[in-house]
Amino acid sequence: MNDTAVIADTVKPRLPRGVRLKHDDTRNEWLLLAPERVVKTDLIAVEILKRCDGVATLGEIVAGLADQFKADPGRIAADVRAMLGELAAKRMVDL
Amino acid sequence: MNALQSPSESTAKRIPAPVGLLAELTYRCPLACPYCSNPVEAEIRGGELDTETWKRVFSEAAEIGVLHAHLSGGEPAARRDLVEIVAHCTKVGVYTNLITSGVGLTEESMKQLADAGLEHVQLSIQDANAASADHIAGYEGAFARKMNVAKWVRECGLPLTVNAVIHRANIERAGRMVEFAVELGARRVEIAHTQYYAWALVNRKALMPTRAQIEKAVAEVEALREVYAGKIVIDHVIPDYYATYPKACMGGWGKRTLNITPRGKVLPCHASETIPGLEHWNVNEHSLGDIWWNSPAFNAFRGTDWMPEPCRSCARKEIDYGGCRCQALALTGDARNADPMCHLSPHHDKVEQIAATFDGTETDIPPYVYRRYKTKTPAE
Ligand code: SF4
Ligand code: SF4
Repeated sequence: MNDTAVIADTVKPRLPRGVRLKHDDTRNEWLLLAPERVVKTDLIAVEILKRCDGVATLGEIVAGLADQFKADPGRIAADVRAMLGELAAKRMVDL
Repeated sequence: MNALQSPSESTAKRIPAPVGLLAELTYRCPLACPYCSNPVEAEIRGGELDTETWKRVFSEAAEIGVLHAHLSGGEPAARRDLVEIVAHCTKVGVYTNLITSGVGLTEESMKQLADAGLEHVQLSIQDANAASADHIAGYEGAFARKMNVAKWVRECGLPLTVNAVIHRANIERAGRMVEFAVELGARRVEIAHTQYYAWALVNRKALMPTRAQIEKAVAEVEALREVYAGKIVIDHVIPDYYATYPKACMGGWGKRTLNITPRGKVLPCHASETIPGLEHWNVNEHSLGDIWWNSPAFNAFRGTDWMPEPCRSCARKEIDYGGCRCQALALTGDARNADPMCHLSPHHDKVEQIAATFDGTETDIPPYVYRRYKTKTPAE
């Protein structure tokens, strides 16, 4: 389980119903709200999650982020896979 | 305690904003579970907060930082304004979780709730076996209705959590309930061993399993984590009475959550009304923020300053906050004491005595005292 390498470039990650990003004005941070869970997110996580719309493929998400952050696509891909793998295991992202 | 302290910047900064709000919209419920957490002595009809007041409360909740609203009861579907309340929460950006027995919901009302923005449904099941489930709920046909509710939840595309309270009558099927939750299409399952307060305390003798049964059930459920990894999230509330340390009740008193009773009293924990001398404030008289930061009940056991020994000098005091105040009161006579579930408590022997009574040899297991309320007053 959780072998993040198995997430293919063609999957279209999506936040399922009941999981959403929220900017919390009280705490001034972005949070991922899920059933009985609140997950703190950093800047990169927010950017990844905003792109998980069920339309964009993992490959497209990685390319977009690499472009936006002028970063190495290989590293971004590893980060994205790790994060989505972890959230999928908690059923907070559908792959 | 620091009861009449006025709200100040520093108080607001020191005390974190609440994360969750459990709204007990009503105590009315068609079922009669013998472990119900509603108070044993309650006036269940009349005096419920009206729609407008609940809406105001959820607006205030959103303002002070509440993220999740747990709409509970009793059976929240017994409120005719449930859809309106959900819609309001959606409007003010609060995540809504419906905690329901399922009885009272219809296919139509489920759709309306989903359209109003409901985000999650937590459905209780009493057992994975229909006859036993109906016996526990004290309601013929409840199980079959719940199966329909699970289906409607799925059809609306809402995430489903199945919640099962574990006790003597169903503990043999603790693992089966996880499988059953998967079959019902749940993404999350809560296997919660009974906590003995309110009606569960009344029925402790009928409900409490033996140590051997508990160990077997806990191991069974833990083993299923791996089997169902990525398929269903298992939240496992393991039992009191056999643990070494207590649980951090509510994640710390007045630290994360608040509870509101059907009549608007705001409680740091759903059993805190059992603690004598605790002054709870009501949303009819105070704003929610004022209550969170300034009400005597919330400040009574906040932080660690109130603790006597052994908690005061214990390294775990910021981990479990001395456990449950209500349990400390019930078993030691003083709510400030360490939770007697803790093996460091000088009263721990009482817990061991109780636990030792349930060794499987007892023959005098009483029938359930079902959750029923005298209805002196006719329905309004
Ligand atoms: S525990 Fe049972 S009786 Fe109590 S509110 Fe829930 S479903 Fe109703
Ligand atoms: S002594 Fe108090 S703080 Fe320490 S573990 Fe026991 S209950 Fe928790």
